[in-house]
Amino acid sequence: MIKVKINGQEQNWDGDPDLPLLWFLRDEVGLTGTKYGCGEALCGACTVMVDKEATRSCITSMSDVVGREVTTIEGLHPAGDHPVQKAWRQLNVPQCGYCQAGQIMQAAALLTQNPKPSHDQIVEAMSGNICRCGCYQRIENAVRLASTGV
Amino acid sequence: MTINTNPKKLRGFEQFINVKVENVSRRSILKGLGIAGGLVLAAPVMSRPAFAAYKTGASEMPHGTVVDPRVFVSIAPDGMVTIVAHRAEMGTGVRTSLPLIVAEEMEADWSRVRVQQAHGDEVRYGNQDTDGSRSTRHYLMPMRQIGASARAMLEAAAAKRWGVPVSEVKAANHEVVHNASGRRIGFGDLAADAAKEPVPSIEGLKLKDPKDFRYLGKGEISIVDLHDITTGAAHYGSDTRLPGMKYAVIARPPVTGGKPVSFDAAEAMKISGVEKVIEVKGWPWPSKFQPLGGVAVIARNTGAAIKGRDALKVVWDDGPNGKYDSVAYRAELEEAARKPGLIVRKEGDVDAALKGADKVIVGEYYLPHLAHVAMETPVAVADVKGDKAEIWAPVQSSGGTREDVAKTLGIPEENVTVNVTLLGGGFGRKSKCDYALEAALLSKELGAPVKVQWTRDDDIRNGFLHTVSVERIEAGLDKKGKVIAWRHRSVAPSIASTFEAGTVHQAPFELGMGLVDMPFEIANIQCENPEAAAHTRIGWFRSVSNIPRAFAVQSMVGELAHATNRDQKEMLLELIGSPRILDLSSSVKGLWNYGEPYASYPIDTARLRRAVELVAEKGEWGRSVPKGHGLGIAVHRSFVSYIATIIEVAVDDKGKFTVPRVDTAIDCGTYVNPERIQSQIEGAAIMGMSLAKYGEITFKDGKVQQRNYDDFQVIRIDEAPRVTNVHIVPPGPDTPPSGVGEPGVPPFAPALANAIFAATGKRIRAMPIGKQLEA
Repeated sequence: MIKVKINGQEQNWDGDPDLPLLWFLRDEVGLTGTKYGCGEALCGACTVMVDKEATRSCITSMSDVVGREVTTIEGLHPAGDHPVQKAWRQLNVPQCGYCQAGQIMQAAALLTQNPKPSHDQIVEAMSGNICRCGCYQRIENAVRLASTGV
Repeated sequence: MTINTNPKKLRGFEQFINVKVENVSRRSILKGLGIAGGLVLAAPVMSRPAFAAYKTGASEMPHGTVVDPRVFVSIAPDGMVTIVAHRAEMGTGVRTSLPLIVAEEMEADWSRVRVQQAHGDEVRYGNQDTDGSRSTRHYLMPMRQIGASARAMLEAAAAKRWGVPVSEVKAANHEVVHNASGRRIGFGDLAADAAKEPVPSIEGLKLKDPKDFRYLGKGEISIVDLHDITTGAAHYGSDTRLPGMKYAVIARPPVTGGKPVSFDAAEAMKISGVEKVIEVKGWPWPSKFQPLGGVAVIARNTGAAIKGRDALKVVWDDGPNGKYDSVAYRAELEEAARKPGLIVRKEGDVDAALKGADKVIVGEYYLPHLAHVAMETPVAVADVKGDKAEIWAPVQSSGGTREDVAKTLGIPEENVTVNVTLLGGGFGRKSKCDYALEAALLSKELGAPVKVQWTRDDDIRNGFLHTVSVERIEAGLDKKGKVIAWRHRSVAPSIASTFEAGTVHQAPFELGMGLVDMPFEIANIQCENPEAAAHTRIGWFRSVSNIPRAFAVQSMVGELAHATNRDQKEMLLELIGSPRILDLSSSVKGLWNYGEPYASYPIDTARLRRAVELVAEKGEWGRSVPKGHGLGIAVHRSFVSYIATIIEVAVDDKGKFTVPRVDTAIDCGTYVNPERIQSQIEGAAIMGMSLAKYGEITFKDGKVQQRNYDDFQVIRIDEAPRVTNVHIVPPGPDTPPSGVGEPGVPPFAPALANAIFAATGKRIRAMPIGKQLEA
């Protein structure tokens, strides 16, 4: 039995320990905010935080998160008002929106570690997250806005 | 060629099905809207024909347009107004902008409006095909009429209650006011009475004066899903979960037209969570949007289904396309482009003019297959019970999906409910509902709700790819450097091949995307379409044939500027020539104009010139740039909009290139939300950069050689243009709205190629650029 804390709540899994965390979150727990994009950590759509670190849940198996704390987009802020979320709304970042949970989790993890990132640091941290609609200009601006106070 | 290629009815090339007039009960409408009791304006009548100040192709679309306010608007007693969004949201903002138009005209306060997504039901709502950059173009006027009708009914009800002439009352900001007495009643209080009022005739409707608009044209209203998107609450196709739902992943034939011969499920069945392995019915190629068939692994979650599929052993018969090879095919296309082909536009005598020319410049341009790779792969949930089916899916064509599910299951269309979720990107891929059909077939067989999840590999290997093309242009110059002859041969497998076997010519709707509608003022023009057969499924991809055509035509402009030692922009304006409306009636048979009447949406070179001039001014054409940098320009009309782009490129001494700045001017006529136009054009620059830098799907032994974002790369934030500036041409007072979603893409690649030439002297004639500059 694998025990893992997700958004502050303890969850149990007695199935395949190799099951990617992504599918446990989405299909077993019902936290569908975390998205599938590639299955191989190439696009960042599935990004969550594991103990505050941005993590690709599609290649993280359940056995990797035993006893860890996982935060998904649903648990980032109780009212959805994390500075990154607010900045995203203020700058109308999303188009289709599908990749945005992963983008926001990546950006939130960045700001936790580096509250005032430079342009190059933002670009480097966000370059693992693909947006096919092409919201990059606004993503960069929103991360900067979140870092300077929304 | 005799296939039906009327693209206005392009929900495939199948027969345009008969419209069945359904007598919808009031109760079912209310139920459909999901609101309880006491409502108005939601009642069941068949549509009034749309009246429009300008004509569009909307009435030619399957099921035309419905402008009945009672179908689209309801008002609860507490005043909450519900407006139906009947088109699919894939990132353009249409789910917000169309209801916003209704709210504008009916004087509803947007903060007291909620948007209700329509099911796929074209008898009730009119056409729902969200493609072709058509939504605003076709629905600005109908949505205004719906809103104005609702406003008139509310005003009539208030006037009756007060016993005053209707001319003395006026709806404003969610209430009706009687100025003379200062009385006012909220929309909620009027709802029941307003419902009893007759729906006014369209002809007598008074539309708002645009100067009184509160929302339209302002760009101050964010998309309705914005908050949910940022909190993970937004509902996409893959987010549907039903009690007892099974998760399915399918192994499909690796070669288009192939099929499974046998399979061994023993190892797959050993995977924890895998419950069943079953064959999925396939249709022989080509079969429009029908499933490819294959073997499905059914499991308790998606992860188990994927792992089970990895363990599955399938023996495939590759069928007739097992030898498709992109290297050989490119050579075939090039050979075809060097010989005469079917003439599809003819003015003057191009052979004689080329023979007599002082100089002939030849450009042969290649664009490979592309995959859509929307972030959300195809996915659908189906629950089939007896002769009833319910679908939850991210589909661009919900009406078409309903028809196809009904046909595939052999049940009446009325028994199929298609719930349209948000789309995690569409780009034309989700106009084809094969994934929903797979889910329906599996649900029927398993007797349980089923979610079919495509992996990224599936998406890239089993999709409906953008065509592959060779575009060859020969331009003849006289002694003074004036272009006197233009021959353009376009060779590419057609989308029509996905509908009809044996297709070798492009359909009118493809020829009309930048080939036969080429706007230059040249005395001798000939466009030809040599034959090309398809060996995979070809489908719509954002901007469609405009991508290769704009690349070829606008690159040739750059080549001609170089050959005659002129500035690119001056060359471009000279070729566009005098401001005029093109008359192609005698030179092009059956010109396709994006399904629009030519009188409303002619090819207007004055607008093309204006886009060039605006982008040149705002984009500071001719500015000096650092060493290794270059500027390029391109303009293209598509989806009846006019778009010009200037790109600044920087190429370093190792041949690596970046784009510090993009400027794009768009003339899309009258518009609703400039902020979403801006976002679409910003995104188009990213997509343009993706296809120009990396975009290439190749085949070997009939199989796609790419499989994920590592070998089919798209642009990431570190490679994105640093700044994209968007400049919207102010519309004339009566300019009808035109496309926004797609037209931003085509000018990008040629503007970039022209910029690279300016920076390096190297002419890019084949996409993607890849490492060409590093050689």
